[in-house]
Amino acid sequence: MRFLILIALLLLTEGSANASRIGDVGEVDAWGQAVRFFSFQDASLRLALAGALLVGLNCGLLGGYVVVRRMALVGDMLSHAVLPGIVLGFLWAQTKDPVAILIGALLAGAAATGVSSLLARTTRLKPDAIQGLVLASFYGVGICLLGLVQNLPTGAKSGLDKFLFGQAAGLSGNDVMMMAVATGLSLVLVGWLYHDLLALSFHRGFGQTLGLKMGLLHGVIMLLTAFAIIVAMQAVGVVLVSAMLIIPAATAYLLTDRMHRLLGLSAVLGMAAAGVGAFGSFLGNNLPTGPLMVLAGALFFAAAFLFSPRHGWVTRVLRQRRRRARAERENTLKAMHRVLEDHGLAGVSVREGVTLAELSAQRRESVGESGERVRDLVRAGLATVSQDGHILFFTPAGEQRARAIVRNHRLWELYLTHAASFSPDHVHDQAEEIEHVLGEETVRQLSRRLDFPEVDPHGRPIPTVDAIHGVGAATEKGGLGYQ
Amino acid sequence: MTNNEMPPALELHDVSVSYHKKPVLYGVDMALPAGSLAGLIGPNGAGKSTLIKAAMGLLPVHSGWVKFFGEPLEGVRKRVGYVPQREEVDWDFPVSVMDVVLMGRYGHLGWLRRPGKADRRVAEESLEKVGMLPFRDRQISNLSGGQQQRVFLARALAQDSDLYLMDEPFAGVDAATEKAIITLLKEWREKGKTILVVHHDLTTARDYYDRLVLLNMRVVASGPTADVFTMELLQKTYGGRLTILSDVAAEAQRAEDGVKI
Repeated sequence: MRFLILIALLLLTEGSANASRIGDVGEVDAWGQAVRFFSFQDASLRLALAGALLVGLNCGLLGGYVVVRRMALVGDMLSHAVLPGIVLGFLWAQTKDPVAILIGALLAGAAATGVSSLLARTTRLKPDAIQGLVLASFYGVGICLLGLVQNLPTGAKSGLDKFLFGQAAGLSGNDVMMMAVATGLSLVLVGWLYHDLLALSFHRGFGQTLGLKMGLLHGVIMLLTAFAIIVAMQAVGVVLVSAMLIIPAATAYLLTDRMHRLLGLSAVLGMAAAGVGAFGSFLGNNLPTGPLMVLAGALFFAAAFLFSPRHGWVTRVLRQRRRRARAERENTLKAMHRVLEDHGLAGVSVREGVTLAELSAQRRESVGESGERVRDLVRAGLATVSQDGHILFFTPAGEQRARAIVRNHRLWELYLTHAASFSPDHVHDQAEEIEHVLGEETVRQLSRRLDFPEVDPHGRPIPTVDAIHGVGAATEKGGLGYQ
Repeated sequence: MTNNEMPPALELHDVSVSYHKKPVLYGVDMALPAGSLAGLIGPNGAGKSTLIKAAMGLLPVHSGWVKFFGEPLEGVRKRVGYVPQREEVDWDFPVSVMDVVLMGRYGHLGWLRRPGKADRRVAEESLEKVGMLPFRDRQISNLSGGQQQRVFLARALAQDSDLYLMDEPFAGVDAATEKAIITLLKEWREKGKTILVVHHDLTTARDYYDRLVLLNMRVVASGPTADVFTMELLQKTYGGRLTILSDVAAEAQRAEDGVKI
């Protein structure tokens, strides 16, 4: 949608090839620049932003395939290898004509691909070495040619140096048009051939046995990628354009495990990174756009790495801590249950209390530590404390949890001694761990499997299902280890 | 089940295949009558997987030809299903169990290139058959080896082919799954399907298959299990008598490619 609006916007503004430097005002402060940026009044700014977003979308989308097909190095090779073609295209047209540059770049890209597959077929070199070799050679040639052109009278003001690190501000209407065409083509083909491309990416050989035209599909996706790289070059630069293929897709890869979502997310992340990059470049008076886009993308990646809901590092640490805290609460509840049980009062009445001293003796810790645990229980709504703070009572929810955890523990001990022939003195520590993670269904299975037992291997009663579920469903948020 | 008027489900004639310049198969002749459940056995490096891949057109064939139901593969692709080894795919790939099984239907897609309701129904039924329907929305890396293999079988089932070439479907699979798989394969045979299975375990080969193909670079023997599963033939297959042939053939190949020997 956003893409369509941008296209419309683009068509409304007339081709403004002359107004190429958007940050030229120079003396304006950052805030003023930001206001200018978001007012979208500047035609060349609109062009630059549209171009950046198109590039981000296209690279993000195709990058999804690059990453899942483990072809990140191929993207890198291709992006560097087109440089000589760009310069030769310029020399041929004697001006920065996008079509000439596109043709030159495509030819250089094809040459690089040809050389690498020739090397792969005729030598024992492995793909990474070949790609590194071709990348560096072509890039070196490109840099030399670029140096030569810069010394020519026509070349000095060519703006070709912008191809190295990218300058979104320098985009012309024609450039952006090409980006729109490239992006539109990718969207249409990926949308149409989504399933064929999925087969290609997942297992090329299998797709081939189905009669799908794998070679052709591979060619299509590679050509789209080459096209995307070449039109992106002006905005992102040769050096970093492959990052726009890889970083958004790698970020999306951390966040989802379905291909269609990965592609969508990667495209959105690409646009976000490109937009932020263009904005940063504008704020900083035409800093090179490419590095800023990549920086933004890398920040998104870092955020995903740390906070991804499933695999994020911080998320995992927090989840672990929550789980430990819950296990601690459950252990305290269990200790309370045990004290009452020793008094012969377990399950008799919620009204019976446990003193802090009894609890700390049961848990083998200081009264101070126990006090801490008690406060935790009270906060979680699992227990209440008498006015003087010395006697502890279960809430109905707390009692229910205590019974459930004791039941888990004793059932597991029984299961280990019966089914896995552990001796009774070996099972306690095992059960201490397992009791917190047994799910409701597993507990039911255990109970059925053990023929609804009443006592554990140590002769203590196992709380029954009725005793647990009779009180009414009240479990702490997150449940009894159902995660 | 053998019917002399019908062409064999799979026929290889004088097939030679080289892999990284080393000959792996050398003048292989083989015919598999329709309706058989056959095991392809031989020592490591005998070329079992290569034979299947070459037949499916995944490896270039040096010489000879392969026919399916009397025709080249191109004309009968939909009648032939390939079940690759589990290691061949990246199980971290972002797809669900259902996505993978639906791939079995990709040979049937129309110009919109999109699986429809009917395809989904077939995929679901296939998952049901292998007992994997409850896992339909799981990402595939969260599956055990046996479950992964069942997913591949469900995909093959969704293809609805007449001949299946399976590369080690029992590798790394638990006993329960192995039993489930062989039961399923026997069921397919009863429905008239033909199956060729790359198999490693000699102790079960005799019970599982009605025909065996003994392979070691060449087909040592091929026929009904009772005739082929003999001490002598097995020894010939596993005894490494063909090492000379293998060495000489490799040298010949190198000479042909202009590599200095």
